[in-house]
Amino acid sequence: MTKTKLDLLVRAIGKKWLWVQAALAFAFLYLPILILIIYSFNTSRFNAVWRGFTLDWYRSLFSNTGATIATSSSAGILPALNNSLLIAAISTVLATIFGTMLALALERFHFPGRKAVEALLFLPIIMPEITIGISLLVFFTLVFRIVENLTGIRLNLGLPTVIIGHVVFNISFVTITVRARLAELDPTLEQAAFDLGANEWRTFWRITFPLIWPAIFSAALLAFTLSLDDFVVTFFTTGVGSMTLPLLVYGMIKFAVTPAINAISTLMLLASLLLVVSSLRVQKS
Amino acid sequence: MKSILPDRKSQIEHRKSYNLLLLLFPATAWLIIFFILPVLIVLLYSFLERGTYGGVTWIFTLSNYQRLFSGLFLGVIGRSLFLAFLTTVACLLVGYPLAFFIATRPPRWRNALLLLVIIPFWTNFLVRTYAWIILLRSEGVVNTALQSLQIITEPLNLLFTPFAVAIGLIYGYLPFMVLPLYSSIERFNFVLVEAAQDLGANDIRTFWRVFLPLTTRGIVAGSILVFVPTVGAFITPDILGGAKTVMVGNLIQNQFMKARDWPFGSALSMLLTVIILIPVLIYFRVSDDTQ
Amino acid sequence: MKRLLTFLLLFVMSATVVFGCSRTGGNQQQVLSIYNYASYIAPEAIAQFEKENNIKIQYDTFENSDTLYAKLKQGNPGYDLIFPADYMVKIMAKEDMIEPLNIQNIPNNKNLDPKFINQSFDPGNKYSLPYQWGTMGIGYNLKGTKTEINSWAAMFDSKYTGKIAWQDDARYTLAAVLMYLGLDPNTTNPEEINKARDLLIKNKNIIAAFVPDTGQALLDQGEVNLTMEWSGDIFQVMKENPNLRYAIPKEGTIIFSDNMAIPKGATHKELAEKFINFALQPEVGAKISNFTRFGSPNKVAVDRGLIDPKDLKNPQIYPPAAVLGKMKFLEDVGKATALYDRAWTEVKAGAGK
Repeated sequence: MTKTKLDLLVRAIGKKWLWVQAALAFAFLYLPILILIIYSFNTSRFNAVWRGFTLDWYRSLFSNTGATIATSSSAGILPALNNSLLIAAISTVLATIFGTMLALALERFHFPGRKAVEALLFLPIIMPEITIGISLLVFFTLVFRIVENLTGIRLNLGLPTVIIGHVVFNISFVTITVRARLAELDPTLEQAAFDLGANEWRTFWRITFPLIWPAIFSAALLAFTLSLDDFVVTFFTTGVGSMTLPLLVYGMIKFAVTPAINAISTLMLLASLLLVVSSLRVQKS
Repeated sequence: MKSILPDRKSQIEHRKSYNLLLLLFPATAWLIIFFILPVLIVLLYSFLERGTYGGVTWIFTLSNYQRLFSGLFLGVIGRSLFLAFLTTVACLLVGYPLAFFIATRPPRWRNALLLLVIIPFWTNFLVRTYAWIILLRSEGVVNTALQSLQIITEPLNLLFTPFAVAIGLIYGYLPFMVLPLYSSIERFNFVLVEAAQDLGANDIRTFWRVFLPLTTRGIVAGSILVFVPTVGAFITPDILGGAKTVMVGNLIQNQFMKARDWPFGSALSMLLTVIILIPVLIYFRVSDDTQ
Repeated sequence: MKRLLTFLLLFVMSATVVFGCSRTGGNQQQVLSIYNYASYIAPEAIAQFEKENNIKIQYDTFENSDTLYAKLKQGNPGYDLIFPADYMVKIMAKEDMIEPLNIQNIPNNKNLDPKFINQSFDPGNKYSLPYQWGTMGIGYNLKGTKTEINSWAAMFDSKYTGKIAWQDDARYTLAAVLMYLGLDPNTTNPEEINKARDLLIKNKNIIAAFVPDTGQALLDQGEVNLTMEWSGDIFQVMKENPNLRYAIPKEGTIIFSDNMAIPKGATHKELAEKFINFALQPEVGAKISNFTRFGSPNKVAVDRGLIDPKDLKNPQIYPPAAVLGKMKFLEDVGKATALYDRAWTEVKAGAGK
């Protein structure tokens, strides 16, 4: 009898505590964001002390006067954001597809060299970004030189090379995340489908995929986030004119990371929140 | 079921290996071409001499590796490992209940909540870190709030302390823990919980003996995704900690940038990679064997 | 879930389209690719050059000269004009990364103050011409220090415990300490370097932080009262916070200049030289300096009073010759950089937590 009482107590406290903990965690996550948003209205150029309210930074994002990046660094922001989103979207899609395929291969098959592939997978997250960045720069330059000598075609660093670099580190994150879920999947479900005559492709789409979808979704979110905010690897693999938002921001450190960056971040936040809300609506139906 | 003919079986075997290759190919090819090959270049560099002003000169030497094994650099590596370990544990403690919470909401809320967890990290990293400075500084939000509530009289020294660094790192890597944990917890079959309770276990016991072990893969995945990058983290410790300590990430960055000693930076990267890779591999070998 | 996915895809695609429209289509014009710090040029200057020459300027940004070097070392990805710091010009010249300038195309170089040309890092200005110059000194908050500062000694004064910030840069900070100790900031003598290191370690406890070029923000916030910073950075914040001051320490300090240079492999060399010439016009030079609040090397601009008179009369921005004489450029020390690097690591590890 005391066991049941303890259970009820644990359950009651547990439930409350779970909610409190979640609320605190979200508060923790959003407290700096709140500051970030507030300071996007700051009259001071320096992201340091509150000096007054203004919408100027938001205006500067869209004014495009003379299309110069130097205009308090604001005019270059939208093109940079454009690049960042494009790179993030493409590299996420590629990394998620490749990573999931790799996770399936590692989890469902035994083959010689499996351990080697597993080790290979960890390297991109272990290796410091700057090492990856510099190695890619050296590699690409070498390859371009060879190609130019052989065929006369002059390739250059640019968006494609950045995307390649992003996919490299994103594959590992995706594979590890999806694998964790695959490992806990009940293999008898797939076995049953096989026995019933379904081929592998069908089995995957109808049975495995829906079951691992949350993992794939999480992995894709992670990859997108990593790509959007990446600086080091991006820096070494960009070419002329393929500035991304993080690159732009780091170039601003010497003088001031102005509230224009807060402004664009706030706008991105708003857009994402809209996405969340509408996804809720969409699922309702 | 038992009516599979021999040649169908070999057909399946053949299809299976074909499928395997197909699945393996894109990711491994990508990593080999765009990661292994470039990294081999870095490995090569670690055996060369630095150029007078930067870059490399083609003289082979082991001196870069010899330089590594001094108390100074090993101490730096050790400190980074320790900090990464603490951050991982903290992220686990904060992230696990959060992931559990999200996974136990009604289905249509789960993706929304996950997105809410990750959306803060679509803002710019630097500005987020500056926001922490605004929060933690002597006349910052936290101190002003605590003082006006009269919980403290003097401002707390929060910025440029290990505390600030810890907060910054935990904040930055929390999603890396929550997302894998979530995908592991989410699939948990609560029938097992009922079964355990029918067998007489109470809630705490059920959690410890049934729930937790079955989410191990998620815990491991999350821990690796937090621990490994955190060892090399240096921007957050610099900005929030006042750069008063050198992390191995600083060291490596320094070698490639200010010191322009690429060979030494390469050697350091190689050493770091080996140091982290070995325990991870051992763990996986052990866990595979016990399955 | 499929719907969510479709939604996400649509969102990303539409966002890309919307923002993609902000890019100017039509690439018939020539494009001059510039690689510089962000905000390191007056807004009107770029627009003016674009209009006068009917070209477009692609302005990319880097963090500092070292990252510039790392990026360009493997080859020029397509930049026509770069802005390396003084010591970096020498390195890049030695490593054959920059082109000699055709001075015939840059007649405005006669506007330059002789004090800033023909320096040791680029004898005869074969490769570069100065763009902006400034000094490294102590930015301080008068409200916090209560007294005026004029010496590096203040950075070691326990009166300001926990309110002192140094630059997070091995060379520059050690250089400052070396000058305080009366030594050469470009020394390669390990004993001297270690003296500087030891002094910093001894005073570790009063230092609040080593900062990456953000000292002025901390000063503004009152988080520190003294910080080692570049002149222009402090003067920019002073516009918003009148309590701040800048001091050139009497023991001497580092002077720096950012320079214009053309990387090897630039496709629009003449256009780049045209831009250099343009930047050396007195009006343009003045516009730039009035924006950045660093020193202008353009003598004609100074003489004609085009520079903001407040800045001109300010001995911290335009120090008298006697003070200038005690300043030194930071020079690259080649392999001895490792000595500084090690000393710096020891400073941080020396009393680190």
